[in-house]
Amino acid sequence: MSGEVILEAVGLKRYYQIDRGAFKKPAVLKALDGASFKLKKGSTLAIVGESGCGKSTMARLVTMIEPPTAGQLNIGSENVTNASAAVRCNLHKKVQIVFQDPYGSLNPRQKIGNSLEEPLLVNTPMKKGERREAAQKMLGLVGLRPEHYNRYPHMFSGGQRQRIAVARALMLNPQIVVLDEPVSALDVSIQAQILNLLTQLQQRFDLAYMFISHDLSVVKHIADEVMVMYLGKPVETGSREEVFSKPHHPYTRALLSATPVADPFRSKERIVLRGELPSPISPPSGCTFHPRCPSMTEECKYTAPELVKKGGCMVACYHPKTY
Amino acid sequence: MTEITIEERVDDRPGGLRSVLSEFWAYFSENRGAVIGLFFFIAIVLIAILADVIAPHAPNHQYRDALLQPPFWQPGGGFRFPLGTDAIGRDMLSRLIYGSRYSLFIGCIVVSVSLVVGVMLGLIAGFFRGKIDTFIMRIMDVVLAFPSLLLALVLVAILGPSLINAMIAIAIVQQPHYVRLTRAAVLSEMTKDYVTAARVIGVKTLRLMFITILPNCMAPLIVQAALSFSTAILDAAALGFLGMGAQPPTPEWGTMLAESREFILRAWWVVTFPGVAILTTVLAINLMGDGLRDALDPKLKR
Repeated sequence: MSGEVILEAVGLKRYYQIDRGAFKKPAVLKALDGASFKLKKGSTLAIVGESGCGKSTMARLVTMIEPPTAGQLNIGSENVTNASAAVRCNLHKKVQIVFQDPYGSLNPRQKIGNSLEEPLLVNTPMKKGERREAAQKMLGLVGLRPEHYNRYPHMFSGGQRQRIAVARALMLNPQIVVLDEPVSALDVSIQAQILNLLTQLQQRFDLAYMFISHDLSVVKHIADEVMVMYLGKPVETGSREEVFSKPHHPYTRALLSATPVADPFRSKERIVLRGELPSPISPPSGCTFHPRCPSMTEECKYTAPELVKKGGCMVACYHPKTY
Repeated sequence: MTEITIEERVDDRPGGLRSVLSEFWAYFSENRGAVIGLFFFIAIVLIAILADVIAPHAPNHQYRDALLQPPFWQPGGGFRFPLGTDAIGRDMLSRLIYGSRYSLFIGCIVVSVSLVVGVMLGLIAGFFRGKIDTFIMRIMDVVLAFPSLLLALVLVAILGPSLINAMIAIAIVQQPHYVRLTRAAVLSEMTKDYVTAARVIGVKTLRLMFITILPNCMAPLIVQAALSFSTAILDAAALGFLGMGAQPPTPEWGTMLAESREFILRAWWVVTFPGVAILTTVLAINLMGDGLRDALDPKLKR
């Protein structure tokens, strides 16, 4: 079962046009500028990066909320980018999403039961009783009680709401679930509960997760593969072990060094990046990371490095750290 | 799969409409003016419903023996006509009681017409954005650019003076407020994650508009509806006064004012009572609307 690729992206791009008033030419914001990856059944791909690097844009493309500007997206054997409306509608059921903010992702005027039943109501010919049964079963699976069925979202805590959001995403039996920072709005103790829940559900339903996060300690807990992004481009991809033990790209190393570890005797090698994240409207020439890179040379300013194999990872850098 | 245990505290407040209503009343009753307004409004509604029972005389019956009779506390007045009679001997009190029917009728019809149409337009504009949004909103801006009573006058002049046409004109004049409110609410709701989640689930456009988004935009619309109820009554009275609304002998308050204009120095009661009726009704509804706004505003909740 596992191992089969169910989501493949090739050179995925998403540009936004930004109007800057009547007298200036509209600018192009390159939110996502060429990302390729594969997602296997039953595994988790973590997408990591600081804010503004295109993580959430990726989520919007994979869930087909927005079409990509260029590139290809295949789900199963279907090509999403030029699929007909009927095929697309079918594909919608296979990819679902869980949002970051559990307070905004549930309709405040809708009872939990109706929220869970809505996917079945609009997509399947199931009867009322069957829908109710399915919704209550799903409530049990995410660790809520059947009597929560008739409650409104404002009666739940953040962790419980996130459980409801997960339950709603699973109602249509999807194959892929995009988790857009699903635990970063929660307390640490509840984060662990939700992560455990997600792992259990993944095993039970053989789900593929696309886990978007900026929190590397969470990623270390849940990911199989890791993709590090910077300004809309992947800079390093590889298995979790490889990326966490032998980070090659200077950006990955800086990110890892910034993760707090609960060990007072650990020797700290803190790499502090200078400057701010550049604007994606006018990204730096060459390697987009070069203005902040500690190991920058002349070469980096002119041509952007391609992703090349380095150890167990793919790295886009002229001066990767060797181990 | 192992059992998942939750240590989180479960909120056991009773759900549903009753708790919402009791919470609403708790906030609403803090505002004494609003409660007074509400009771006054209920009284007017009861008077309008029971007009046939409580009115002492028929509204249009002319008592030739009692022309311009003053109210009972003035010399020459009597309890046969407690608030006096007008120039052709019709009982003022009965006319005022029957007039409340017209005022409420005008308010209800104008508010529902402009609410339904305005919400539809606003929803379409906010949901689809782009050219259709620009088109609808510019038309609304044009309507807003006219002084409202003047535009209503022009519309009635085109349609011909009658109560129905006056109501249509007032509904058109009030439309833009609803369109703007709805559009603004829809725009802010559209950015929320639950709308995106509904799209991902596969909810179709119409369901998304009316079942997902619209119920979340209702609070400001309810308040606007309550407040424009009084504006509608006032505008209809103004049109009636100018001879463009309800036509005599309809006992509509604005029309009654207009008919009795010439007696303002000789028989003050003929002019004053319809004016007072309009004033108190509009005041009561405005107070009620203010209380409603405070009670429904989530920012003021503690």
